[in-house]
Amino acid sequence: MALGDTLIEVTNVAKHFGEGETRVDALRAVDLTVRAGEVIALLGPSGSGKTTLLNVIGCILAPSAGRVVLDGEPVFDGKWLQRDLRRLRLDKIGFIFQSHNLLPFLTAQENVAVVLDLAGRPADEGRARARELLDYLEVGHRAMVKPALLSGGEAQRVAIARALANRPRIILADEPTAALDGARAGLVMDLMRKLAVEQEACIVTVTHDEKIFDRFDRLIHLRDGHLVSA
Amino acid sequence: MNLALKDIRHGLFRFVLTCFGLGLLMTVVLAMIGIYNGLVSDALAVVKAPAVDVWVVEAGTKGPFAEASSIPADTRDAVARMPGVAEAGAINYQNVEAPHGGQTLRLYVIGYEPGRPGGPLAIAEGRGIGTSHFEMVADRKTGLLPGETIRLGRNRFAVVGLVEGAMNSGGDPAVYVTLADAMALQTELDPAAQRVQAARGAVSVKSASVAAIIARMSPGADVDLLGATVRQWKHLSAMTQADQEEILLASVVDKARRQIGLFLGILLSVSAVVIALIIYTMTMEKLKQIATLKLIGAPDRTIIGLIVQQAMILGASGWGIGLMLILTVKDYFPRRVVLEPFNVMVLAGIIAAVCLLSSALGVRAAMKVDPATALGS
Ligand SMILES: Nc1ncnc2c1ncn2[C@@H]1O[C@H](COP(=O)(O)OP(=O)(O)OP(=O)(O)O)[C@@H](O)[C@H]1O
Ligand SMILES: [Mg+2]
Repeated sequence: MALGDTLIEVTNVAKHFGEGETRVDALRAVDLTVRAGEVIALLGPSGSGKTTLLNVIGCILAPSAGRVVLDGEPVFDGKWLQRDLRRLRLDKIGFIFQSHNLLPFLTAQENVAVVLDLAGRPADEGRARARELLDYLEVGHRAMVKPALLSGGEAQRVAIARALANRPRIILADEPTAALDGARAGLVMDLMRKLAVEQEACIVTVTHDEKIFDRFDRLIHLRDGHLVSA
Repeated sequence: MNLALKDIRHGLFRFVLTCFGLGLLMTVVLAMIGIYNGLVSDALAVVKAPAVDVWVVEAGTKGPFAEASSIPADTRDAVARMPGVAEAGAINYQNVEAPHGGQTLRLYVIGYEPGRPGGPLAIAEGRGIGTSHFEMVADRKTGLLPGETIRLGRNRFAVVGLVEGAMNSGGDPAVYVTLADAMALQTELDPAAQRVQAARGAVSVKSASVAAIIARMSPGADVDLLGATVRQWKHLSAMTQADQEEILLASVVDKARRQIGLFLGILLSVSAVVIALIIYTMTMEKLKQIATLKLIGAPDRTIIGLIVQQAMILGASGWGIGLMLILTVKDYFPRRVVLEPFNVMVLAGIIAAVCLLSSALGVRAAMKVDPATALGS
């Protein structure tokens, strides 16, 4: 497939927690480049720094050193270069969390539409986009249901719809298919890939799920904060 | 999309219950304010009732309400002739307990001279006193009805009319009788007691005395000049209506007023703490959701809006429910509960301020929460 613009450019990024005896080096000198249309997997044992790397790319965690460029915009270089990180996240980044983290007081449809609402789009556009994505992910029939009544798989698909709603170019997912059975996990990954290609986006997914390894363009292994192979 | 309302609707039962609880608390606060106002206005009722300008009382006393005052009844003629006086009347006050319908009624008997200042200004039912003896006009709260009779002292009085809002500073309902009847009631003893006194050879030396002379001034007359004139009689002193009201508030009801005022202060503090606690807890329970909102890119304004709007809705509902409840039950209180729109608005202001302050606490916590906490499961 033809690869597009460079969307994620992580250079020499390190992240440690704590100091002295309690110091943990979660990331050491990580370099990573992801381009539009790419779907890549982050693999590695527990504690190897996968979530930390995802959080650094998602501007949730400030690296201890290094440089991060997202969609051509320098975001971090020793310090944050952008003032409104939340607006940056809203516009450029879609998150799919390990636990689905839907807002319990909103219906499935509203949970998706809220992202467009926050971006200042009209309510009917939000509703239409939410319906479209939920239908696409085969949970359209559950649109008016609150998260508490959704199955784990349904909730995760609603969360995926939310991550995609504002057409972000960078989609970060922490074990998005953990709650899905094998067949559905594959299906969801295919859908995500299709949407990524349509929207010229890239997807970085942390996963332990060997059943879906064949769905990725690249598998990146982390060990003790180092990229082992790319 | 209004997140505050959606969240309230999600946990509607609990929210309504919280509002209702707060509403009950507000009912108590409003009741206390009403009781406080009622106490003050009841206390003044007796001074305001005759609608006069000057009170002439015994020298060296703060009579007739704060201290006992006794002056000769004929002082009225002298006062009526003083400069600037349009009308003057003698008046007498006493507390009486009278058996009626198997119960003991505690009455505040006001004796006045019909046709002169001191009588009831408005008759609510029936008529005013028409003959010079043994008729009375009673306050509705006595429970007496026109046509009934009641024994005071040695005589039976016929109730001919009813008035409203007449009572002494203790809240005992008032009855109006003629000054002559009131003075007789004051000096004459029960037949049995009188026989004892007669057996001892005692003779009553009590001359006809009244509690005060009240006077209305002609328009533009000088009250101070009248005061100076009155003081030339060594046994008299004069007070303006304002002095008299001041004395009543300062001496007679002051302790009761401070008591209720202090209790009201405590009640308001307790309410403030309860409101703050409710709003703070409401926010704390939502911290994870607030982290999620931050993570998906919600600006601070959305999060502050969520917290502040819910706090204000809670406060407003509590206030509204409280107001509704107190308006429903206030007439069942044994003493008057007086709510002025001003008090109700001040309470609304206080609640709004408390809600804003406590949501500020919640907002502070919400602003500090790290979006990354939404990621932990
Ligand atoms: N906030 C933190 N404070 C201190 N140490 C942390 C913090 N977050 C992560 N770490 C440490 O950094 C290292 C990498 O953690 P990370 O969460 O990135 O691992 P992971 O690869 O996502 O693991 P898992 O597969 O279990 O999710 C771990 O040793 C972890 O204990
Ligand atoms: Mg992890």
